[in-house]
Amino acid sequence: MGVRDTLRLFWAVLRANPLTLAGFLMVAVLCGLAGIMAIDPWLLVRYGPIQTSSASYAPPSWAHPLGTDNIGLDIYSEVMRALPLDLGIALAIVGASVLIGGLLGLVAGYWDRPGTAGGASSIVILRTTDVFLAFPSLLLALAITISLGRGPWQAVLALMLTWWPYYVRLVRGEVLAVKHLPYIQAARAAGVSEGRIVLRHVVRNILEPIVVYLTMDIGTVLVVFSTIAFVADAIPYPSATPEWGSMLSYYQQILPIASYPWLVFGPGAAIFLTVLAFSLLGDGLRDVLDPRTRRALVRSRSRPLPEVPAEASPARPDDPEAKLSGEVPQPA
Amino acid sequence: MGRSAGDLGIFIGKRLLQLVPVLIGVIFLTFFFTHITVVNPCSIWYPHADETTIRHCEAQFNQPLWTQFWNYFAGLLQGNWGTSQFAQPVYPTIAAALPATLELVFASLFLMIFIGIPLGVIAAQSSGRWADHFVRIFYLSGWATPTYLGAVIAAIFLAPALGLPSHGEYSSPPPFPQYTHMSVLDAMIALNPQFTVDALAHLILPASVLAFINMGIATRMTRSSMLEVLPLDYVKSARMKGLSEFWVMYKHALRNSLITTTTVLGITAGGLLSGTVVVEEVFTWPGIGAYAFNAMGGDGAAPNFDGAIAVVAIFAVGVVVANLIADILYGILDPRVEWR
Repeated sequence: MGVRDTLRLFWAVLRANPLTLAGFLMVAVLCGLAGIMAIDPWLLVRYGPIQTSSASYAPPSWAHPLGTDNIGLDIYSEVMRALPLDLGIALAIVGASVLIGGLLGLVAGYWDRPGTAGGASSIVILRTTDVFLAFPSLLLALAITISLGRGPWQAVLALMLTWWPYYVRLVRGEVLAVKHLPYIQAARAAGVSEGRIVLRHVVRNILEPIVVYLTMDIGTVLVVFSTIAFVADAIPYPSATPEWGSMLSYYQQILPIASYPWLVFGPGAAIFLTVLAFSLLGDGLRDVLDPRTRRALVRSRSRPLPEVPAEASPARPDDPEAKLSGEVPQPA
Repeated sequence: MGRSAGDLGIFIGKRLLQLVPVLIGVIFLTFFFTHITVVNPCSIWYPHADETTIRHCEAQFNQPLWTQFWNYFAGLLQGNWGTSQFAQPVYPTIAAALPATLELVFASLFLMIFIGIPLGVIAAQSSGRWADHFVRIFYLSGWATPTYLGAVIAAIFLAPALGLPSHGEYSSPPPFPQYTHMSVLDAMIALNPQFTVDALAHLILPASVLAFINMGIATRMTRSSMLEVLPLDYVKSARMKGLSEFWVMYKHALRNSLITTTTVLGITAGGLLSGTVVVEEVFTWPGIGAYAFNAMGGDGAAPNFDGAIAVVAIFAVGVVVANLIADILYGILDPRVEWR
C-alpha cells in the first residue's frame, strides 16, 4: 500500500464514525498545544512553573481559568506546563515497550522452529513474558518505583520495565499469522535474505494492528503512570516540571478538596480528556481492523470502506481461538 | 484431547502445574526488584529500637541478594510468609483481608456483567446511531478515568450527593461473628437484615467505581460479537417466528456471543485486582488492596517488602486462576472447543 492509499483509508475510517473523527481532532489539538508549550509556553500561559500569583484559594475566574491553590499557583498554567511532559512520558514508555517487546516478539514469532537456537530462545522469551503477564503491571511498577526512589524518571523506568510484555504477545501473534503467507515464501524462493524478509516483508505488514493498539495504549499508560504518581507519591510537587498525576496526589492530600474542587478538576480533566482522545481514536481504528465489526460497518454504510488487505487483519485480541491458544495480549 | 470430564481434569492439572514456575518467577522478580536498590531500611523500620534489634535487622540485609532470596523462599515453602516492617507476620493479616477483596471484586464483576453486557447489546443493536455513540463514550470514559480519581470523586462528591456511605464495611461494629470476612455474607448468615442493607450500601460505591473503570472490555467485546451474530439466519428466523425483540436479543443472539464474552473474566481480572489497591485505600475497605497500598509505601509509609511480595503473588495467582476459569467456561459454553 502506498502512502496515498494509507491516507485515503485513514480518512475513510475517520469519516465512518464521528467519534473517531472527534478523537483524532482532540489528539491533533493536544499535540499542537504540547508543541507550542514546548517551544514557547508564554504564548499560552501567564505564570511560570513555580511562580505564584497574589490570589490564593481563588475559584475559577477570567484571570485564573482553573483557579489557584493555597500558595497562589495558577492551576491552568500548571496544567498546561505539564502537557508536553505527560505526553512525552506516555510516548516514551509506549515507544520503549514497542521496541523491546516488538523485537522479542519478532524473534519469538519468526524463528520458532523447535530444536534450533531460535526455537530455544523463543521458548525462553515466551516463558519470561508469561511471568510478567501473570501479574498486574501496575503492582510490579509500584514495587520498582518504591525501590528506585521518588522521581519522574524512576517511575518512567519502572513502567518501561513492566510494559513491554503485551507487545511480545501481540507482535508474535501477528508474525505467526503472516509468516506462512505465499508472498513471504515467494520472497524466500527468490533468494531474499532472512533479515531483509523480516524487515521489509514481515514488519511492514504487521505494522497496522500494532499502531492501532499503540494508539489505545498511550492513553492507558498515562492512566497507569498517574496512578503510580498517586500511590507511590513518586513525583515531588510543586516542582519546576509539574505533572498531572502528582498534582492530583498532592492536592488530594493537603487540602479538603470538597471545599476546593477546582484543584482536582484541572489536572483530573487534563488526564481524562487526553486519555479519552487517544481512546476514541484507537477504539474507532480497532473497529475497522476487527473483521467482524468491519463487516457490520460496511453493511450499514452506502459508501463502503476500502478493503484492508486480508493479511493485515489476523487474529484480533478478542478472537476466541487466539484467546484459547494463548496468543492474546492482556490489558493491564 | 477431547471433551470428557477426564480431559477437563488433565487440562486443569496441566494449567495448575504451569502455575508453579510462573509463581516462582513472580516471587523472584518482585523480591529482586524490591531489594535490588534498597540500601538499608532498618533505620526507617525501627526508629526507636535498641542497637541489637537494628544490628539483627541489618545483618539480614547485608547478606548477598541470593542468600536473602533463598532465606525468604525457604521460609515461604515452610509456610512462613515473612513479617511486616512492624515484625508482624504477614500471613494472618492477609488471610483475614483477602475475603473482603474477593467480595469487592465479585460485586464489581456482577455489575460489569449485568450492566456492561446489556450496554454492549444496546450498542450493537443501534450500531452507528446515537445510542451506540453514547455507549462508546460511556465505556471509554471509564477507561480514561484513573482509578484513584474515580474513587476520590465518588467518595467525596457522589457519596454525600447520593446519601451513600464511603467508609469501611459497616456503619457500626457488627454484633455478630464474622465467619467469612465478607461483609454482606456475614450479615446474611447472622440473619440480620439491617446490617445486610447497611453492608450493601457500603459496597455499592467502591464496587461501582471498580466496575465503571473496568467495564470497557466487556461492553466492547459483547458489542463486536453481537455484531457478528445479529445478521445470522437463526436470529432472523427467531424474529420471523414473532418473538419479541427482547427475547431475540437476550435469549438467542446474546447466548452465542456470550461465548466470546466469557474471556472478559480472564482479561479483566488483572485490572480489577490492581484497581482494588487504590479503591480500597480511598474507601478504607479492609482488603488486601489497601494492605498492598501501605506495603508499597503509599502515603509515605515505610515499605513492607514481605507483605508486598505476598500480595503481588496472590494477585498473580488470581489472574492465572481467572484465566483458567474463563477457559473452562469457554469449553462448557462452546461444544466445538476442546480442552487442551
